[in-house]
Amino acid sequence: MSTFLLRHGLVVRADTTFVGDVLVENGVIADVQDTISAPSGAHEIDATDCWIGPGFVDLHTHLREPGREESETVMSGSLAAAVGGYCAIVAMPNTEPALDNVALVAYVLERGAQCPIDVAVAGAVTQGRRGEKLAPIAEMAALGVRLFTDDGTGVQDPSLMRRALMYAKPLGVRLAQHCEDELLAGGGTMNEGALSSRLGLVGRPALAEELMVLRDIELVRLTGGAVHFMHLSTARSISLVVAARAEGLAVTCEVAPHHFTLDEGACEHFDPLFKVHPPLRTPSDVAALRHALISGAVDAVATDHAPHAPELKDLPFDEAPAGMLGLEHAASLTYEALGAQTCAPTQFFNLLSRAPARIAQLRAGDSRLKLSAHGGALHVGDDANLVIFDPQQRWTVRRDEMLSRSTNTPYDGRAMFGRVRATLARGQLIVENGVLT
Amino acid sequence: MIDTIRGENLLSLDNLSRTAIIEVLDVAESFVEVNQRAIKKVPALKGRVVASLFFEESTRTRLSFETAAKRLSADVLSLAVASSSVKKGESLRDTIATIDALGIDAVVMRHQSSGASLQVSRYVPHVHVINAGDGLHQHPTQGLLDVFTVRQVLCERHGTTGTESGGELFDGLHVLIVGDVRHSRVARSDIAAYVALGAHVRVAAPGTLLPDDIENWPVSVADDFDDALEWADVVGLLRLQSERGSGSYVPSLGEFTVTYGLTLERARRLRPTTLIMHPGPMNRGVEIDSRVADLPSALITRQVANGVPIRMAVLYLTVAGSPKESTL
Amino acid sequence: MAHEIIERNHSLAEVSVIGLQRGGEPFATSLTTILSELYGAPVPMGLLDVSFYRDDLSLNPVPNSAMTHIDHDLTNRTVVLVDDVLFTGRTIRAALNALSDWGRPQSVQLAVMVDRGHRELPIRPDYVGKNLPSSQSEAIVATLEGVWIGTRVPS
Repeated sequence: MSTFLLRHGLVVRADTTFVGDVLVENGVIADVQDTISAPSGAHEIDATDCWIGPGFVDLHTHLREPGREESETVMSGSLAAAVGGYCAIVAMPNTEPALDNVALVAYVLERGAQCPIDVAVAGAVTQGRRGEKLAPIAEMAALGVRLFTDDGTGVQDPSLMRRALMYAKPLGVRLAQHCEDELLAGGGTMNEGALSSRLGLVGRPALAEELMVLRDIELVRLTGGAVHFMHLSTARSISLVVAARAEGLAVTCEVAPHHFTLDEGACEHFDPLFKVHPPLRTPSDVAALRHALISGAVDAVATDHAPHAPELKDLPFDEAPAGMLGLEHAASLTYEALGAQTCAPTQFFNLLSRAPARIAQLRAGDSRLKLSAHGGALHVGDDANLVIFDPQQRWTVRRDEMLSRSTNTPYDGRAMFGRVRATLARGQLIVENGVLT
Repeated sequence: MIDTIRGENLLSLDNLSRTAIIEVLDVAESFVEVNQRAIKKVPALKGRVVASLFFEESTRTRLSFETAAKRLSADVLSLAVASSSVKKGESLRDTIATIDALGIDAVVMRHQSSGASLQVSRYVPHVHVINAGDGLHQHPTQGLLDVFTVRQVLCERHGTTGTESGGELFDGLHVLIVGDVRHSRVARSDIAAYVALGAHVRVAAPGTLLPDDIENWPVSVADDFDDALEWADVVGLLRLQSERGSGSYVPSLGEFTVTYGLTLERARRLRPTTLIMHPGPMNRGVEIDSRVADLPSALITRQVANGVPIRMAVLYLTVAGSPKESTL
Repeated sequence: MAHEIIERNHSLAEVSVIGLQRGGEPFATSLTTILSELYGAPVPMGLLDVSFYRDDLSLNPVPNSAMTHIDHDLTNRTVVLVDDVLFTGRTIRAALNALSDWGRPQSVQLAVMVDRGHRELPIRPDYVGKNLPSSQSEAIVATLEGVWIGTRVPS
């Protein structure tokens, strides 16, 4: 079945909203009107009191293929993403081995092509992500890779980062950075502060992140390149980016739901579910991030979805790997952080879909191979990557009902506001009534 | 904050009230007497099973705990995991589940990771977990035996008994903790215990070995080590925790000794009533001069001796204090 | 009661008085003073805390312990155990267990101020101050000043 009629929802365009119907036929948006009469054979989806907008795009997903398939695969990750309302995800290159060459990038792209949503790939900046020599960025760009990062760690050597920016500039691709100075932060497992001191856990100071943000802003100024800052976690990092943007520098940033929902107090009982790099920060950082989401200081929400098989999170706090799941809950947490009832639907879709699509170069006008277009304005003729979000729905997270292969969510038992009701990817209905079709 | 450890776990001294601590000290007095008998055994934990799980080796502490358990007539399962084939990366849950399947009432656990015993207690909520040292976090029985030793000596001086004095001997007592506070779980436990009992605690350490956020700890920082030594009624020395990375925090052991070691000259300038303590093992010649360690005011051997009665008191209160039936 | 003890034992030469903590302590002290006067020489006394020997630790809250002071070997002695109130007999059973850690007494006799009945073990006193039949719901406290009988109020 490839004809769908989305009925009576709030159609959310870039700046405007109105209640109407959306008709999807053969993979594209066929019509958008106040009322559309259903063609025969159309599958009707009731979107009353819901929002209809472009499917979400995640700039930052860890799919553990190749190397750690027991934690997640490209397929299982994309299904979890679909339930979370995502029609496109960008897979991070810190797999085993790292995605630092065309063969491995092609491998993941090919696995992604089997999936119901679009899977783009971020290539590594340096060979093996070791931070010593540049990876074949141009070759990977020829395959359609538009985002490059050593994520898991940042490029520590400033001269190498400078060279990477210079090299990437004419290629029209963007470098993304995990900002943490390893010498300052290394060995730390939670935010450095009063709590880490009392608990006897080595801390990761906020300065480790902020120093690298500052450094890369200046390298952007020096080289004229562009940097996307990933999972910024402190108030000061955000204000550094705001100031740089005001000076016309090509910098963008994302924040992850766990950084605007949880604070370092969650680590009080040494539960490795709350261990993440960069770490959960102070309550005032959390408040600042939530404020920045509303004000637009932050460009995008990105999940940093990091699955780890259960036995890995059963280790002592300092031995357990860092990272938590995020794909299935990002939308609800973003809605809540934007004020729930007072959340502006346009801002909601800017953060979850439009800005990430722009940064990942997945929009209609961007040149890339094979993937459909995302983050659009819901115009007739656009690729039908759509999500129906129900802001009224209240629900509770149940760890064992999730689709990810792993179970390391910090939100088990949490009451949630708003939920994705349906996801259409490339014109196919993948999720209906909150579950896979 | 809890007022008693009866029937509980003992994971940290951070959440023990003054009442809870004094209860342990008072019960330990009875066990000092038991340890002086010809037959050093009471049937209080007969039929109970106490496992000792030491991921980090410490012959002294493990033997002290196992002796304590045996003198309470408990059966002891001893697992020196550090020397077994268990590597780093083995799930804590699996290790404890294997032992728990044998039917245990309590586990005494030492681990190199902060919080490990708290994590284990979540896997086996029906087992009493006694933290014998977790990373940099806490070493509760060391903190308890340290304050117990101080109370013991001060009572002898004043001619009272421990149980009569309760905690009043600690009110306003000047306690100086010296050395690698940043990496020391003994320091965190000692500070919690002394502060709960009403002592005034100062710390003296090179700047790099003070913990983060020391301004918000319930202690003051000594500006001058030698002045602080004159001020102190009790001097608690800490070992440089080189296995936890303190080596790169000071330029050399020699410089540490010159600036913060209890040398013979410094020891001679202490007031005659000042007590010298060290949790052991000592690095003679580093934080404490060898001759100082053998002075009568150095209570190190008494501290070691008090380990057994304190650990008996802890096991007795936590395990026998349980309202649940024995697992046997 | 002191006279009964002398009569029964013919001589106080081998007698040791052991008071059970805490209730038996004032009575043991008082009894020892009287016995020593009558004997003309100090009669050895000790105090025994049986908290660690109870058989019901897993069922009842851990009691507050007091100190045990026994400074002489009890082997071949005639031990007179002294307690305030004899009830189920479990405390005395625990005391008999404990005593065996201090040598092997020639014999053990039991002196109690009040016997309130309701024995759960085959324990019988040798010397009784007063027989006071009671009900389970009553609480009985014996001190040097006198005996109080009260009713337990459910908490």
